[in-house]
Amino acid sequence: MSDEPDLKTLVVDGAAYQTRFTRKFAHRKPYVAPDPTRICAHIPGVIVEVHVSRGQRVRRGDPLVVLEAMKMKNDLTAARDGTVREVHVTQGQMVARSQLLLELS
Amino acid sequence: MSLRQKLRDFFNRREAAITGGGAKAIEKQVALGKLPARERITYLLDPDTFHEYDLFVEHRCYDFGMDKKQLPADGVVTGTGKISGHPVCIFAQDFTVAGGSLGLMHARKITKIMDHAMKLGVPLIGINDSGGARIQEGVNSLAGYGEIFFRNTLASGVIPQISVILGPCAGGAVYSPALTDFVFVVDKISKMFITGPEVIKTVLGEEISMEELGGARVQTEISGNAHFYAESEQECFDQIKKLVTFIPWNNRKKADAFPAGPPKPGLDIETIIPAEPTKPYDVRNIVRAVCDDSDFFEVQKYWAANIVVGFARLGGETVGVIANQPLVLAGVLDVDSSDKAARFIRFCDAFNIPLVTFVDLPGYLPGVDQEHAGVIRHGAKVLYAYSEATVPKITVILRKAYGGGYIAMCSRHLGADFVFAWPTAEIAVMGPEGAANIIFKAEISGAADPDATRRAKVEEYTEKFANPYIAAANGHIDAVITPRETRGCLIHAIEISALKNESRPAKKHGIPPF
Repeated sequence: MSDEPDLKTLVVDGAAYQTRFTRKFAHRKPYVAPDPTRICAHIPGVIVEVHVSRGQRVRRGDPLVVLEAMKMKNDLTAARDGTVREVHVTQGQMVARSQLLLELS
Repeated sequence: MSLRQKLRDFFNRREAAITGGGAKAIEKQVALGKLPARERITYLLDPDTFHEYDLFVEHRCYDFGMDKKQLPADGVVTGTGKISGHPVCIFAQDFTVAGGSLGLMHARKITKIMDHAMKLGVPLIGINDSGGARIQEGVNSLAGYGEIFFRNTLASGVIPQISVILGPCAGGAVYSPALTDFVFVVDKISKMFITGPEVIKTVLGEEISMEELGGARVQTEISGNAHFYAESEQECFDQIKKLVTFIPWNNRKKADAFPAGPPKPGLDIETIIPAEPTKPYDVRNIVRAVCDDSDFFEVQKYWAANIVVGFARLGGETVGVIANQPLVLAGVLDVDSSDKAARFIRFCDAFNIPLVTFVDLPGYLPGVDQEHAGVIRHGAKVLYAYSEATVPKITVILRKAYGGGYIAMCSRHLGADFVFAWPTAEIAVMGPEGAANIIFKAEISGAADPDATRRAKVEEYTEKFANPYIAAANGHIDAVITPRETRGCLIHAIEISALKNESRPAKKHGIPPF
């Protein structure tokens, strides 16, 4: 059995175990720390308003875009002061979850 | 009307009602590999034991032209019968009648048979095959669902509840199966989801088929919503018939005992486990080598396969088996496996089924995804379920029992009645590699040859602590036994626990980390 080709190695507390992976474990995504300059959609939906344009200065709390999802208009606001480096969406655009909407610097 | 005319009139009415949605609709149903509702029931039940009630129930909806529509039996068949001599209450939605849609009277038939099952103290089997709420009946249809969910909850832990998904079961309707104990699905026939592909596409722009979203494979492998998977309806019914033999009628009874046969020859229990603690093996072979007739009936086989749960018999008595599976993810506890084990333990405890736990795990699965997914609160479910359980609890430590994993897997400290360990057991605060790296950190890093020193220290730790004798010296385990002695020890432990009566502090209910 230990010669099975689908056996992988899983390290727990320094010991290397030979074992199979579940599909979920095999497809897990490595952790990436959130980047506060990249504003992404937290829910899939439609961009109904774009309040800012490229190069515009924004203050913390300023509205950036309105993302409508599940019959609710969500205001996405700037989490900090900065400049809009790039706007990746236009009014009326459908966006997926985690899709990059705009970048701040 | 003469008596003869009255009888003829009755036969005509009955004939019309049991034809359901008519020949054409039935033909369509059969073409999909699906049996008509009444045939499903008669296949599942012992021959000539089905008794149907409420055949002439009619809907009470007068809006949207419904006053002109006749829906035979209002789209659901209800009754009582027997499976292997066990009484059961059963309902089956009839997709050929208005797509099996649920209106108020349809729901009232279901809640009536549920109330019967509770009063009689017998298992409830629900066959779901429905397009969902009957839209014409509006909020009354929602009321019907709510009344079913309420009864599912009251019946939980009182009578076994079995859900069979033989068609679509979508929207709010899936919450009834979710509240029951066992969910059966069939490939290409079962479809379960809260929001369907159409809604997902229009709202979210994501395209997915019904099968990929909530088909039988998805529900058994990915979501864990279903417990049993079959290729055909017949295979599914055979699985239900088998399950019923392992469980009692209700929470005041024990499961029937069956004549005990020895495990099948050919499974040499002494050679299943590799000597090397990092090498895998299939723990189900240990279960089969120990239990009656080597007959192990696995529950949720395809989901969270790093833990194995299911029913078996020892000396003729049903037991619930929980076993770490070294073959998958080294047998670690994680979010899903904790969930799976905890739910199964609570079922067994509710229905007087002794727990037999086989332990071989290195601990909990490390990872950001696990921590962020709440492995703390999910893992705590296992501790809660084992501690809460008052049925006989017997534990066999096969190999590794390290750290938190040792405690969680029905240790003495969580109230195990008997804890056995094989001579291959390693009961320690952590694995030798990890422990040596911490305890001898300075010595290893200061050595001329750190690798050689590490190896020597691991060896030293293994020699001293990676065995069952320190736990035995402290009375944390009751006996060190050989693999071959295991079956005898388990049967004896179950026999002498027959009158075990343990109570817990009186309370309305506990607050498990749901």
